[in-house]
Amino acid sequence: MKLELQGISKAFGSFYANEDIDLVVEEGQIHCLLGENGAGKSTLMNVLYGLYEPTAGRILVDGKPVVFRGPGDAMAAGIGMVHQHFMLVPVFTVAENVALGAEATKAGGILDLEVTRKKIREISDKYGFDVDPDAIVEDLPVGVQQRVEIIKALVRNAEVLILDEPTAVLTPQETDELLDIMRQLKSNGTSIVFISHKLREVKAVSDVITVIRRGRVVGDAPPEAETTELASMMVGREVKLTMDKEPANPGEATFKVKNLSVISSTGQRVVDDLSFEIHRGEILAIAGVQGNGQTELTEAILGIQDRVTGSITLEGKELLGRSVKQVLGSGIGFVPEDRTVDGLVPEFTIAENLVLDLYDKAPFAKGISMRPAEVRKNAESRVAEFDVRTPSAENLASSLSGGNQQKVVMARELSRPLRLFIASQPTRGVDVGSIEFLHRRIVDERDGGTPVMIVSTELDEVMQLADRIAVLYKGRLIGIVGADTPRDVLGLMMAGVSPSEAESSHQDNPDDMEGDFA
Amino acid sequence: MSAPAPTLPAKLRPLAPVSWKTPIMLSVIGLLSLVFFGFAGSEQTATFGISTGGDVFTLPDLVVPGIATGIVLGLGMCVLAGYSIFLAREHRPTPGWVPMVFAALFIFAFLVWVVSGARTPQISLAGLIAGSVTLAVPLVFGSLSGVLCERAGVVNIAIEGQLLGGAFSAAIIASVTGSPMLGLLAAAVAGALVSVVLAIFSIKYLVNQIIVGVVLNVLVSGITGFLFTTVMQEDPELYNSPGRLPVIDIPGLSAIPIIGPILFRQSIVGYLMYIAVAAVWIGLFKTRWGLRVRAVGEHPKAADTLGIKVNTTRFVNVVLGGAIAGIGGSFFTLVAIDSFTKEISGGRGFIALAAVIFGRWNPIGAFFAALLFGFADNLQSILTIIGTPVPSQFMAMLPYVVTVFAVAGLVGKSRAPAADGEPYVKG
Repeated sequence: MKLELQGISKAFGSFYANEDIDLVVEEGQIHCLLGENGAGKSTLMNVLYGLYEPTAGRILVDGKPVVFRGPGDAMAAGIGMVHQHFMLVPVFTVAENVALGAEATKAGGILDLEVTRKKIREISDKYGFDVDPDAIVEDLPVGVQQRVEIIKALVRNAEVLILDEPTAVLTPQETDELLDIMRQLKSNGTSIVFISHKLREVKAVSDVITVIRRGRVVGDAPPEAETTELASMMVGREVKLTMDKEPANPGEATFKVKNLSVISSTGQRVVDDLSFEIHRGEILAIAGVQGNGQTELTEAILGIQDRVTGSITLEGKELLGRSVKQVLGSGIGFVPEDRTVDGLVPEFTIAENLVLDLYDKAPFAKGISMRPAEVRKNAESRVAEFDVRTPSAENLASSLSGGNQQKVVMARELSRPLRLFIASQPTRGVDVGSIEFLHRRIVDERDGGTPVMIVSTELDEVMQLADRIAVLYKGRLIGIVGADTPRDVLGLMMAGVSPSEAESSHQDNPDDMEGDFA
Repeated sequence: MSAPAPTLPAKLRPLAPVSWKTPIMLSVIGLLSLVFFGFAGSEQTATFGISTGGDVFTLPDLVVPGIATGIVLGLGMCVLAGYSIFLAREHRPTPGWVPMVFAALFIFAFLVWVVSGARTPQISLAGLIAGSVTLAVPLVFGSLSGVLCERAGVVNIAIEGQLLGGAFSAAIIASVTGSPMLGLLAAAVAGALVSVVLAIFSIKYLVNQIIVGVVLNVLVSGITGFLFTTVMQEDPELYNSPGRLPVIDIPGLSAIPIIGPILFRQSIVGYLMYIAVAAVWIGLFKTRWGLRVRAVGEHPKAADTLGIKVNTTRFVNVVLGGAIAGIGGSFFTLVAIDSFTKEISGGRGFIALAAVIFGRWNPIGAFFAALLFGFADNLQSILTIIGTPVPSQFMAMLPYVVTVFAVAGLVGKSRAPAADGEPYVKG
């Protein structure tokens, strides 16, 4: 099936998320849509899938124009979609999820799940998915849930499969398996639209790459194109993808975590007997797939987790049991993982956001009154220093782009002398241009002699920034390894394999990462 | 696939959650029961009548000594509590049958204790159970309404209003037309109408569902109260004498001791209750319709991406729920007594809401929860009659105490549909 988009535009109010986009997906091809977060890739696919109505333009299937009034129409036309956030009902079984919306029934509308189970087993066998139709979806690992999504599309005879940022939630190994599955689907004649901003994966699997920037098609590129070339097409200017940083010059270990355990509100041991140290002037990166205890670890350090045992010391002083204010006061800068929820008050101005944790101290406060002039002066200098793109520091934080919001958070946290700097997902949802800048600031902080802890689920980021890498899996420390550890060893560790085993497995299959299709 | 899957280490320690809530709760209640119902029990014997006059065969009365029975049952409870503690230490959850058996022992111990301590230590078990079912009828209908709405993702606080609206319409229409059956129909329509308002405001205009529900309850209470004084009391003969729905006795079967009267000697509303529970259960869990409804209540966006119309589904469910609650309301004016009075539903809509949660959003669970509340309600009135040592005010509190404990999660954790109470907006 050949799929064409002609002159598609989608406006939200006066803002155009897509403008005049042309795209042709040929049969049996893997067509990649490359673009930064917020470039309009997902909007375009939601138009194609019938979730949004296009403001202008038309969709053609095999040369004939079609109109999709809802996802049902798109599915009927042979288009399937695997959303970035899975559209699975967590408490249903795999079979129930696959059946939903296209149920086989016996007389009287009684469900006949046996038909669905059979179809699932067929597809599962064909592609080696290893999915149990009767498993409850919420008990399945993310990678398997994604396969359930793919099965959902295949059961509905999808000829074009849209994968929206499918690798964002996967371990590197799961990613490679997914790329293999994509190649297999392609060889069976299914076209795939692969949406991503990760250059490595795009180059590995695509037949054609279409680059989108600010809602417009910038151009097509072959998969052989240089990484830097793709990156500059995506961003619109020259970008440096590698980080030039001096080797670390670690001093004494001032931040120590010993036997730290955190029990979640549901009684789960989410951080399990963690011990590590960070030296002055080094960056320790905490790697791991999302949801393996990273959030709780940072929150425990900050003092917002209740059920914590063990010890956290900074320069010999115990932090556990202190209030958040005391912890911050002892010289900890903290960039939370979700800036719009925990990092900023979007309804406050940029200037106010820049003093969120300093508002009650000199020079911003005097007695019980605040000194707006000082707040403004501080805002102007921070905005200039961190290159926050805004007409005025009096604008609301919500008016900023993700990258600029993150600069505001970072500017606030780095604006006082620190004894420890913690940044969670420092560049999540941030444009490539800003990433460069933010990474530079983090390394500068390290070079100033501050111990730095970075939590990131992006392996690229971890490998670029880290001097040492600690891998978490199910709340446990799998190991701390050097920054030169090969990517696939880290990947195995992120799946819970011990460093020594991962290392030996790497020796056996050094080409694993190429994911050759044999 | 060519790439070998990464081998996970065989022995990953599972992070088993340990909940001490159940073991501690059971231990405390068990020990208190042993002391109060056992050692501090009454020396009289308690007599439980099993058979009633019309039964085909007669079973002998159950006669048990107060203190001895209390001690035996109390020890039984302590053993179960001990088992639960043992399991928790082993990092294993307490299986569902333990609290159930525990509850049964507790209820029986409590019964023996109050009856043996009464002036006339004798009650009819058959009457107690039959009365419980009768009192539970409106609760069951109300909770089915709650289950239908909440499974689709709309919180239905307006059950009370639906019951009351149903009761009023049943009374007035049956009186005017002289046909209780038409009254029954009118009750369903009235309940559905209350639901239509709830649905329009909460689904279309995205008003907070709790607020709409509360406002509706007040509104229905006001309207029916007003019409009661201005219309019904002016001419009760014409407007407030609906007559009763006949009790339909299934010959033979209804003479079985205990279960006969419950299952086979009911008014049409009573039979409809059993049918409705079964129908809603089968509908929700065995049919295509139910799968879609549950998907809408759990993850509306997922349902939408599969071409299911989320808000239409919700609308239909809310209206259907209202109709069912309306039928439940007709019980007050067509079955229990044959006239309407102000606030005749007396807060049972809220008890029904508790039954929804206690029954874990499952029609059968809600049915048994409603039975428990009906039992507590009935027990209170019977115990007042036989003269227990416990003041009647405390007995009157019984249904509500049971409700609080039930909703507070005495029996494990209940989990609401994930999108319960959240309006769905596309995009």
